[in-house]
Amino acid sequence: MTTVAHPTPVDSSGLLPSEAPLQLIDQDGRPGGNPGSLALPAPEMLLELHRRMVLGRQVDVQCTALTKQGRLAVYPSSRGQDACEVGAVLALRDQDWLFPTYRDTVAILTRGVPAEQALTLLRGDWHCGYDPYQYRVAPQCTPLATSALHAVGLAHGARLRGQDVVALTLLGDGATSEGDTHEALNFAAVWHAPAVFLVQNNGYAISVPLSKQTAAPTLAAKGIGYGIPSLLVDGNDAAAVYAAVRAAVQRAAAGGGPTLIEALTYRIEAHTNADDATRYRNADEVQAWLARDPIARLEAYLRARSLLSDVDVTAVADEAAQLAADVRERMNADVTVDPAELFEHVYARPTAALERQRAALLEELELEAEAGR
Amino acid sequence: MSTVTVGQAPAAPVTAPAPVTMAAALNQALADALAADDRVVVFGEDVGTLGGVFRVTDGLAARFGDQRVFDTPLAEAGIAGTAIGMAMAGLVPVIEMQFDAFAYPAFEQVTSHLAKLRNRTRGKLALPVVVRVPYGGGIGGVEHHSDSSEAYYTHTAGLRVVAPGTPGDAYRLLRQAITCPDPVIFLEPKRRYWSRETTGLALSGPPIDRAMLRRPGKDVTLIAYGAMVATALEAAEAATGEGWDVEVIDLRSLSPVDDQTLTESVRRTGRAVVVHEASGFAGYGAEIAARLTEECFFHLEAPVLRVTGLDIPYPPPHLEQYHLPSTDRILDAIARLAWE
Repeated sequence: MTTVAHPTPVDSSGLLPSEAPLQLIDQDGRPGGNPGSLALPAPEMLLELHRRMVLGRQVDVQCTALTKQGRLAVYPSSRGQDACEVGAVLALRDQDWLFPTYRDTVAILTRGVPAEQALTLLRGDWHCGYDPYQYRVAPQCTPLATSALHAVGLAHGARLRGQDVVALTLLGDGATSEGDTHEALNFAAVWHAPAVFLVQNNGYAISVPLSKQTAAPTLAAKGIGYGIPSLLVDGNDAAAVYAAVRAAVQRAAAGGGPTLIEALTYRIEAHTNADDATRYRNADEVQAWLARDPIARLEAYLRARSLLSDVDVTAVADEAAQLAADVRERMNADVTVDPAELFEHVYARPTAALERQRAALLEELELEAEAGR
Repeated sequence: MSTVTVGQAPAAPVTAPAPVTMAAALNQALADALAADDRVVVFGEDVGTLGGVFRVTDGLAARFGDQRVFDTPLAEAGIAGTAIGMAMAGLVPVIEMQFDAFAYPAFEQVTSHLAKLRNRTRGKLALPVVVRVPYGGGIGGVEHHSDSSEAYYTHTAGLRVVAPGTPGDAYRLLRQAITCPDPVIFLEPKRRYWSRETTGLALSGPPIDRAMLRRPGKDVTLIAYGAMVATALEAAEAATGEGWDVEVIDLRSLSPVDDQTLTESVRRTGRAVVVHEASGFAGYGAEIAARLTEECFFHLEAPVLRVTGLDIPYPPPHLEQYHLPSTDRILDAIARLAWE
């Protein structure tokens, strides 16, 4: 074993992100002015990005509506962040892992998790409703940034076991202030772990704007402190998000280590249905970001190149309407919960004390039923 | 890693009876676990080249390589959080928190994730992680080096919490913890690291969740764990001079707790004293006293008493003797148990 107390300084200039966000398609649907080293995805992928964003948007809008009908306990919308939700997930390979937050339902759906399983947490009948191993999707994380460490551990652990797996962690701007983000970036860098961190900088942590969150020039700039190369991308440009994450995944899989990507985007809706965004931001700001809609942008680009016709757009819209109707129907079905399940899954086998508590609860329920309550 | 061994560890390696310290027994347990199962990895601060500040991992990195036994950056949440991810990837991480109070940065990872992920995923995610925590006082350590933090962990559903009292059981219990499918907080009584026991090291013995009867007696049951097992045994020996025949139970597993062994003993003796170093208020002993009162009330000759540390932040080295339970305090408690 060789150890070096003070490693020789290396040229760190390559670690810094560009000053302006990388962009492949601008907000009017024209070729972006700052592609950097990003390669434009093939037309088929651009069409798939468009389709998935339309599907995701429709489900997202449907979910917000379901909260008003009491069918979901809460829903944190990702409307406006569609390019990140879809672009990042489509850039993953089948064997890679996604570590999502509570705002990433669309990303989870894009990964292939059925809606009723993806929405279990937000409906409230259990915590995580899907099998993480089946889809390589970790449970949605409601504490901020804690899952970034799980992702680094999984990525490093898989490599120790000789497996080719990259772990993508989704973070928000607020999460970059949490200690676990910094520990995750540091561990990933020291271990050279095949990990990719995508920060969806949507401008607000609930109500707190970025200016109160950080004094760094950009969130991507934080990578240099850990020796991690970083990218700053236009987070409403699905092509750029896809290309950036794809390149980072390929780099990680080839043994190149972790990458930090900051995607500049915006949360169109409030934090959740329980939040009132008018208390901390004005309508003009929202209007300006509505004009940078990620779906409209990609659609304009594809139409201008005759890659997408009216018929195609209608077909995708119909598919999205059908999907949203299907989600509504599934969520309107009454939920059955089993109180006895409370005692399962605490340990591999319930302890004697848990068995006693289960018996007591079931007896209590039986007595209530007999009393006609 | 070349091959992956899944399932049961091979037959227990049995060493011939010889004087062995708890640190050496734990080291042997880690070595045998690493040899038995290629999925086992050992990591933390200073556990690699140095062999741990208490030398519990001495020689393991050299023997098993730095892919299996390795140093990490100095960040406890990072150690615990990445252990969770490694377990998700199919490894069996055994991590070290250097000292009890230095494990607190990992608290969120341990309580919100390590303890709950099996439950949150309806059993899909099992996390067989062992968190080794040198705990407790009596070593003359400066502040933040002597906490007894067991109640923080025992209050958290989903965690197993164990603490060995002797070198022989330290070996057995650590091997059991590593093969356990649940996350285990493994509390190592650091003041007993260098105490010796003449014993062979073997896997055979009580399972992970059973207490051990360390000394049979008929008048009163002393209940202890970790470093206090030896103190309780000393007190029991001294009590014979007063004419008391004292039974000593070594809990081993704090959570889940072996109610059966406890209640059988206390129903027989009719008297019980719980001993621990941690502060008494809302401490682990309160749970034991409450359970014994519920289960043994009509067999009790006297209230269940506690001999615990004071309700103060852990004191400086020159004052810790006033905080820690002593054999005299245990004897005083026994004397208060309503004798005829």
